[in-house]
Amino acid sequence: MHLPDLRADFPLLTRTVRNGKDLVYLDSGATSQRPQAVLDAVRDFEERHNGAVARGAHLLAEEATGLFEAARSSVATLVGASYDEIVWTENATAAINLVASGIGNATSGIGGEEVARFRIGPGDEICVTETEHHANLVPWQQLAIRTGATLRWIPVDDLGRLVLDELETLVTERTKVLAFTHVSNVTGVISPVATLVARAKAVGALTVLDACQSVPHLPVDVKDLDVDFAAFSGHKMLGPTGIGSLYGRKELLDALPPSVFGGGAVTIVSMESTAWHEAPTRFEAGTQPVAQAVGMGAAAEYLMELGMERVEAHEREIGHLLRQGVSEIPGVRLLGPVGSADERDVIGLAAFVVDGVHPHDVGQLLDDRGVAVRVGHHCAQPLHRRFGVTGSTRASAHVYTTPADAEAFLSALAEVPAFFGVSV
Amino acid sequence: MSSLEQMYQQVIMDHARAGHGRGLKDPGLIHVGESHQVNTTCGDEITLRVGLDGDTVSSVSWEGQGCSISQASVSVLSELVEGEPLATAEETMEAFRELMQSKGEPLDDDREDLLGDATAFVGVGKYPARIKCAMLGWSAFKDAVIRAGKDQA
Repeated sequence: MHLPDLRADFPLLTRTVRNGKDLVYLDSGATSQRPQAVLDAVRDFEERHNGAVARGAHLLAEEATGLFEAARSSVATLVGASYDEIVWTENATAAINLVASGIGNATSGIGGEEVARFRIGPGDEICVTETEHHANLVPWQQLAIRTGATLRWIPVDDLGRLVLDELETLVTERTKVLAFTHVSNVTGVISPVATLVARAKAVGALTVLDACQSVPHLPVDVKDLDVDFAAFSGHKMLGPTGIGSLYGRKELLDALPPSVFGGGAVTIVSMESTAWHEAPTRFEAGTQPVAQAVGMGAAAEYLMELGMERVEAHEREIGHLLRQGVSEIPGVRLLGPVGSADERDVIGLAAFVVDGVHPHDVGQLLDDRGVAVRVGHHCAQPLHRRFGVTGSTRASAHVYTTPADAEAFLSALAEVPAFFGVSV
Repeated sequence: MSSLEQMYQQVIMDHARAGHGRGLKDPGLIHVGESHQVNTTCGDEITLRVGLDGDTVSSVSWEGQGCSISQASVSVLSELVEGEPLATAEETMEAFRELMQSKGEPLDDDREDLLGDATAFVGVGKYPARIKCAMLGWSAFKDAVIRAGKDQA
């Protein structure tokens, strides 16, 4: 294996479930477990360093500010950004909404000359893909409704891979934003980022990358990818809930109007008008989830300590075990490509449909065997519709997932058809 | 019997397969209410139609798809309440709701008599995430009855 067995680092993984069964945790795509290093960082902050960030004139305020900003630097280093290009947000959904709402605010008259590049309206287009998580679809769909712009989307093939044949007619001079996921949370398919970014650049469109399922699992360098914005969450990358990050090119972040207004984000306020801080501060009005940010920073450090190349190799191997195993069980249909362990375009998870058995029922039997998976549409209804199903069951891996976990899951899955009286 | 086997009792699996009431019916010249409900967790949908003839639930029919718990539940519901006085149907609905809140404990004999086959759903109460599945059809029924009543007024 590319990584040692890391289960000892994750206290939760030692507990048992459902009458003393060992926990086989395969729901990391929804939320990951936290290593001791993250739990300790949060606790240490709360017990020893809590103070008002960037406000107090005392030692604790200094320490809290230092830890808050150091965490930002850790996250920035993880994704190859400069520290002032990372905005703390509540989660990745909030990060994407920050960009969409900022564009909406620019369009409705907030900001001066510097926001001209963000304004959109009738005749303009926003392009997404059919594989998006609702978090990277609904904000753009609603922005289109709000501004009169038109929403278009890149379709997927039967295996959930983006179909780029029509890219030049879908992404044109009319396109102002191209928003797409880095890794599908349903199929594990990795998007052809370079091709998409090249096309967006050729027509002058902003690019927004949903990096929720990539930053935790493979090396991501936002400068190499050359995207304008990228969103990811803390809790999927071994950090706490309630914290996420938006990466944005500094010159764009410094021009984009905020969408949450209040104290701490401003320089000069009169009764008539307000001047915003530079980024990232302009987007961080109000008191921030500081302990959670510190935890996310610790998670970034933990991942970097493991080495993202090794993490990627591990995730490819486990992902392949899951997909290969699922595709070999009679009566079970894998969504997306099986791929091989060294194939570049798929990673980390397996979503599937059991013929004649609803995903909820599949998940219930797996749960009874101690195996935790996600069931339903995984916030990707259009993609499921494309596959001709309402929902699916998904097993997703992380750094602590072992081949034994994959085996336990596959053996429980093999019991499903017979338990529900389906003959295969 | 394990908790899993208790939830997926034979009577539930049989109802899930049988699907009593499946296929929307035109109840004819009576007051009709229809309700569309979605289980947001999984995207399952149901459309359920109720026909009221005075104070009697004269027709219950539905269309939709879902897990074995939601399908069995709406099948049992259809059998239980069709042809019953509306007051009895509402008591049955209330008893079912209480069964879902009982954390797997049986109810008293009176309410179990009212619930008939639906007592088999007692095991669902141990799995909070599945209560929504079991309630999907009942929520649609409750809403459809209100809508049918509005027609009447």
